[in-house]
Amino acid sequence: MKGVRHYPGFLAITLVCLAVLYVPLLVVAVYSFNASTSITKWGGFSLRWYVDVFTGPEAERFGLATWNSLTIALIAASIATAVAMSAALAMIRGGRFRGRGASYALINLPLMVPEMVVAVATLIFFTTIGLTTGYLTIVLAHITFCIPFAYLPIAARLSGIEDSYEQAARDLYATRWQAFRLVLLPLLGPGLMSGWLLAFIISLDDFIITNFVKGAGMETLPTAIFGSVKQGIKPNIMAISSLMLLVSILFVSLSYIINRRGRRAAP
Amino acid sequence: MDVAVSIRNAVKRYGATTALAGVSLDITNNAFFTLLGPSGCGKTTLLRMIAGFEAASEGEILLFGQNIVDLEPHLRPVNTVFQNYALFPHMSVIDNVAFGLRMKGVEIAARRAKAGRMLELVHLSALADRLPSQLSGGQQQRVALARALAPEPKVLLLDEPLSALDLKLRQAMRVELKQLQEETGITFLFVTHDQDEALAMSDRIAVMSQGLVQQVGTARDIYEVPVNRFVAEFIGETNLIDVEVTRVSDGMADLVLPSGQRLRCSSAATATGRHALSIRPERVTVTPDGQLTATVERVVYMGSDLRLLTRLEGGREFTVRIQNAARTAVPEPGARIGLKLEEGAARLLAD
Repeated sequence: MKGVRHYPGFLAITLVCLAVLYVPLLVVAVYSFNASTSITKWGGFSLRWYVDVFTGPEAERFGLATWNSLTIALIAASIATAVAMSAALAMIRGGRFRGRGASYALINLPLMVPEMVVAVATLIFFTTIGLTTGYLTIVLAHITFCIPFAYLPIAARLSGIEDSYEQAARDLYATRWQAFRLVLLPLLGPGLMSGWLLAFIISLDDFIITNFVKGAGMETLPTAIFGSVKQGIKPNIMAISSLMLLVSILFVSLSYIINRRGRRAAP
Repeated sequence: MDVAVSIRNAVKRYGATTALAGVSLDITNNAFFTLLGPSGCGKTTLLRMIAGFEAASEGEILLFGQNIVDLEPHLRPVNTVFQNYALFPHMSVIDNVAFGLRMKGVEIAARRAKAGRMLELVHLSALADRLPSQLSGGQQQRVALARALAPEPKVLLLDEPLSALDLKLRQAMRVELKQLQEETGITFLFVTHDQDEALAMSDRIAVMSQGLVQQVGTARDIYEVPVNRFVAEFIGETNLIDVEVTRVSDGMADLVLPSGQRLRCSSAATATGRHALSIRPERVTVTPDGQLTATVERVVYMGSDLRLLTRLEGGREFTVRIQNAARTAVPEPGARIGLKLEEGAARLLAD
């Protein structure tokens, strides 16, 4: 059979796709080193906008927003991972039970529902139960939509672990809890780590839902950036975007490496 | 003699299907006992019920007199060697072997010493600090054995542990397993679909089919005195011919061969009429004055012996195995030969 590379137009289509995907990111990354105040004209290489991010007039606002984003992501990813792990254990180790198919759909549905709908619904829900929007409501909303993202790698990992390991542990006098803690948990580790990282990055990045439920005066990094852009794009936004991109790439790569390492170490 | 495991009318149903249809067995302490049968016969289900991974739908399982059916797996003093070994991939060999002792609360120095002795027993002391993924299949198998033996279970359960090994290793392990059983004095309950394995190692064998025990006995019993058609056909090779039984008494039967000759042989059947007669291919000699006459259709060279595929008068196929000795006269295809049954070669089967 012919390799895919030999089909006519393969190279051209590939290049166009890659360009559409990555040229904008590249432009932002390159222009973040622009010495000029213009966002379109190149005025030489400079780190001034990176300095501006940390010391400029908006530094305090961005600093606080970053802190909010990181702590929210940390809490939301951790709780979502715990919930996702429980869900994966029930779905994959729980045997057949009524509503298993429905449960699977419910866990993954948030991946398919338009985020806008979730955002509106979540806001209405919080208002109805009388919860003041703010840090707490952001955390709650983030936990919810992070669960399916954490669930996917954990479930994939768990279904790759044969249940004979737990049975062997049980057979060797381990209680259910000991079998879980000493055998299943270490084997599941890479999946948990990978799920957590994915949830973390999704939370860090979220804009729409956050914007709806954040309340007045509360900012995360994405909403702060958006607020700042509304008054006109300055190159410092490019610097801050590039930094976020870097963190994202770091986390996603980490998740990938951990997963692959785990797969190799697994039987 | 002590009974290690007593299974009383064990039934296992999965929804509408019945995996075990009422099995009763007594397994003597200190014995190498094998559950032998084709896949789907219920042997693994029975093993898993003893280990505690499957709940019995009905019946009792007594371990040295104590009913264990309601006990959680970790409370049953039995250990299992799994088919895929199930060694903990994140633990070293020695930690794997010491795991059961650790769960039993044995302190670290004592359990490592014991695990070390178990590794000696299976000749793997040099690999104690390796991870399971760094071992060959045969070595993993030994670690699995050492791990299951270390806590000194009252009964060791082995779930087709040799099936993943290549032939040479499998044959070597058969001898070793039997030796290990004799050295440790632990009752081994071995599950396999491989009759050679079963015949080579077992003190007693239970032949299973369709969720029922068909026959329990020594290797010689089940091979030479099969009780029914299934056992006769499953264990080794056999020729089955239909005969007319005229009289049955005291486990002996008088019958008429298709050739019209009369024969008296041991019988599992208890009624007269038409029954199947089992004749092992190696218990027949080729002579001019046989009780059966056949035409040779094909001669198959098997190395240590030759197989004559023949057809009896009346059309039934009949296989004869003769030794490949220098003085063996090998009949040509097409030749008409007489077949003489050795003393005790024939066995009348119940249906």
